[in-house]
Amino acid sequence: MQKILVGLKRVIDYNVRVRVKPDGSGVVTDGVKMSVNPFDEIALEEALRIKERGGASEVIVMSIGSAEAQQQLRTGLAMGADRAILVESDEAVEPLSAARAMLAAIEREQPGLVILGKQAIDDDNSQTGQMLAALWNRPQATFASKIVLDGETATVTREVDAGLETIAIDLPAVVTVDLRMNEPRYVKLPDIMKAKRKPLETVSFADLGVENEHHLTATHFAPPAQREKGIMVEDVGALIQALKDKGLA
Amino acid sequence: MGKILVIAEHDGTSLNASTAKCVACATAIDNDGVDIAVLSADGASLCQQAAALAGVARVLKVDHDVFSAQLAATLAPQIVSLADGYTHILGPSTTFGKDLMPRVAALLGVAQISDIMEVKGPYSFLRPIYAGNAIVTVEASAERKLVATVRTASYRAVSSDGSAAVESVDAGADFPTHTRLVEIKASSGDRPDLQTATKVISGGRALASEENFSLIYSLADKLGAGVGASRAAVDAGYVPNDMQVGQTGKIIAPDLYVAIGISGAIQHLTGIKDAGTIVAINKDPEAPIFEVADIGLVGDLFEIVPELEKQLG
Repeated sequence: MQKILVGLKRVIDYNVRVRVKPDGSGVVTDGVKMSVNPFDEIALEEALRIKERGGASEVIVMSIGSAEAQQQLRTGLAMGADRAILVESDEAVEPLSAARAMLAAIEREQPGLVILGKQAIDDDNSQTGQMLAALWNRPQATFASKIVLDGETATVTREVDAGLETIAIDLPAVVTVDLRMNEPRYVKLPDIMKAKRKPLETVSFADLGVENEHHLTATHFAPPAQREKGIMVEDVGALIQALKDKGLA
Repeated sequence: MGKILVIAEHDGTSLNASTAKCVACATAIDNDGVDIAVLSADGASLCQQAAALAGVARVLKVDHDVFSAQLAATLAPQIVSLADGYTHILGPSTTFGKDLMPRVAALLGVAQISDIMEVKGPYSFLRPIYAGNAIVTVEASAERKLVATVRTASYRAVSSDGSAAVESVDAGADFPTHTRLVEIKASSGDRPDLQTATKVISGGRALASEENFSLIYSLADKLGAGVGASRAAVDAGYVPNDMQVGQTGKIIAPDLYVAIGISGAIQHLTGIKDAGTIVAINKDPEAPIFEVADIGLVGDLFEIVPELEKQLG
């Protein structure tokens, strides 16, 4: 396989406790740490391991978003990706438009495999990979915990509600990865320096011939409903009594 | 008014409980008809189950051998061929629906709203973002079809006392052969299904080994409960992945949830906040699980759990 394309989304770091703005217009992002979506980091790690085993010649990372997403692409380059593409847009990008932009990049780059995180931890949509596979008319293997490549096909283990599902897919294909696929490597300082010299290309939706369509509007953001404060009990007897009081034991 | 198509989830013999919850969401949307599509190899019995769901107008029975494997790549084009005349197409936010529905949306060239937790209007919905730390109101355009997944923990299954008509529809899509099912390995065994159990007992990292998890199984069997686990316990290899409760595992809403040796990371809490009563047993009084627990007990689980089982008689 020549190339693997990996999607990297810039999101609020997973350690940040996200708070809703008092006016309900969004969530607080000022001064908040931003990172690569953790599932996308796992996707990149898997692509790098495939390349290191001789299964691919080049790993390309791609992001769609504001100019600041260059930071996340640099992180991807420091992890070991060979080059980066940023589709720059200051507007919100819905999964369907993201998938269309990725498809345009695929038509140009002709990768043998596209790997994405199973969802981004900001919008929690879990759509882009599936939409991309549909538009590309290629297989999708979502929520993957293992990929075994064998020539023109891949065998992928998926984490599904019933347990583990294994499917065989023809390449090229889209794989979206779950948490247990691997543990991403830490970036070392010399690699960060080296990453600064790797190519990072910026294009627009227009350059790709894709319209950034908006079908949905987020009109209001609210904090989740809080559960009422509970009681603490001293011992097992009191616990059982409390359960009996609620008709649960 | 809306005309709504719900995509049934099933294992070839039984409808998954997520289908009746999707119907509950569908009937909350102003509509003049909620239909269910059952795509399977032999749907006679499945369609009977679907026809009994309250509020369903019609069941579309689409039989084809290719549907013996429920793969998004083959199901999606068939659903697109059924989509004409429908304003909304809904599926469950289970791994089945999450895999399938975006593929349907993209083939239709329309957006998807994931994880509907409440219907505010025919094109206005609440959904969780940031692992449930924010709830967003999303509005869609009435000009286009809307594809959506339903957060099943937010809905109660409709009853099974209806009698909808069943219509056979010829399978007529161009089925790709690029995706093939090899096998499904289910690991849960005889215990109640985690997503439908009224009681769930979960264990966390504090169990410290696969062997110690027998404490959890034993208590669960006493209570007739399903068994879950935190991500930490799954990552440590104590239990298989399908037992994971939380943001990236299963989102559940049992009447009783007992968290044992689980600290309560936000990703875990997201998966249980619709539970009726949450009980937490943990040796750390500062554990975040106690912030959401209705009943908390601080102590050593290795003493408490056997004692609890004994005293429950």
